[in-house]
Amino acid sequence: MVELVLFIIFAVAAVFGAVTMIWARNPVYSAMGLMLTMFSIAVFYVSNGAHFIAAVQVIIYAGAVMTLFLFVIMLIGVDKAESRTENLPLQRPVALALMILFGAGVVIAGRSAWVTGITPAGTVPVNGSIEQIGDKLFNEWLLPFEVTALLLIIAAAGAIALAFFRDEEGQG
Amino acid sequence: MTVTPGWYMALAAVLFVIGTGGMLLRRNALVMFMSVELMLNAVNLTFVAAGRELGVVEGQLAVLFVMVVAAAEVVVGLAIIVAVFRRRKTASVDELSGLKG
Repeated sequence: MVELVLFIIFAVAAVFGAVTMIWARNPVYSAMGLMLTMFSIAVFYVSNGAHFIAAVQVIIYAGAVMTLFLFVIMLIGVDKAESRTENLPLQRPVALALMILFGAGVVIAGRSAWVTGITPAGTVPVNGSIEQIGDKLFNEWLLPFEVTALLLIIAAAGAIALAFFRDEEGQG
Repeated sequence: MTVTPGWYMALAAVLFVIGTGGMLLRRNALVMFMSVELMLNAVNLTFVAAGRELGVVEGQLAVLFVMVVAAAEVVVGLAIIVAVFRRRKTASVDELSGLKG
């Protein structure tokens, strides 16, 4: 019962935040809408038993990533509100048609039964504590974990390279 | 009425479709980037819900890896947006038509 109430409240909040994100002209409002959606998703993680992932979601996504977005919005400036006229004539109708088609496809896929190898455990939440996750991560998934470290280093080096090496005379 | 993992997957599908729409309809590069983040979050929610359905913790591990990749992607993508903005003074993808044939 508690889960149902939580689901309804935060599902409405998540969809509202997502719609705000793509509807608002001001990028700051878009960022705020996305932040609301991310917090709601963190609540869903908790109700699914993924406590550690929920904490990571709040810290990394709602904290670090959105702060980075807001910093870039601050650098780029928010005063240039985007005009809503579309230059490509067919872009909007085709985009909306594709959205509807994709949604219909998801609904059709969701109504089919998918056979999986493991017996479903039902609605009992998995214990997603740090112990459980660390146990799996450092025993079975150690190599992917190490590869993510490499990926993060490459990303950081790439960002620094993009920020430092600027073409002095190139204007265009 | 109990909330089954299917409900979360349905909600994640809705969020994913909204993110796709933002990607297709908006022209501000930053908002398009936020749409990508929304789509990644929706997929993360399906991972967690599927992990609960199957009673395994691997779904949450997949979410952890997706988060790392998304963080790397945000860092590089925002750096590219800032670099493009410094050069072109715009973040609208419609005006970045230098490669147009």
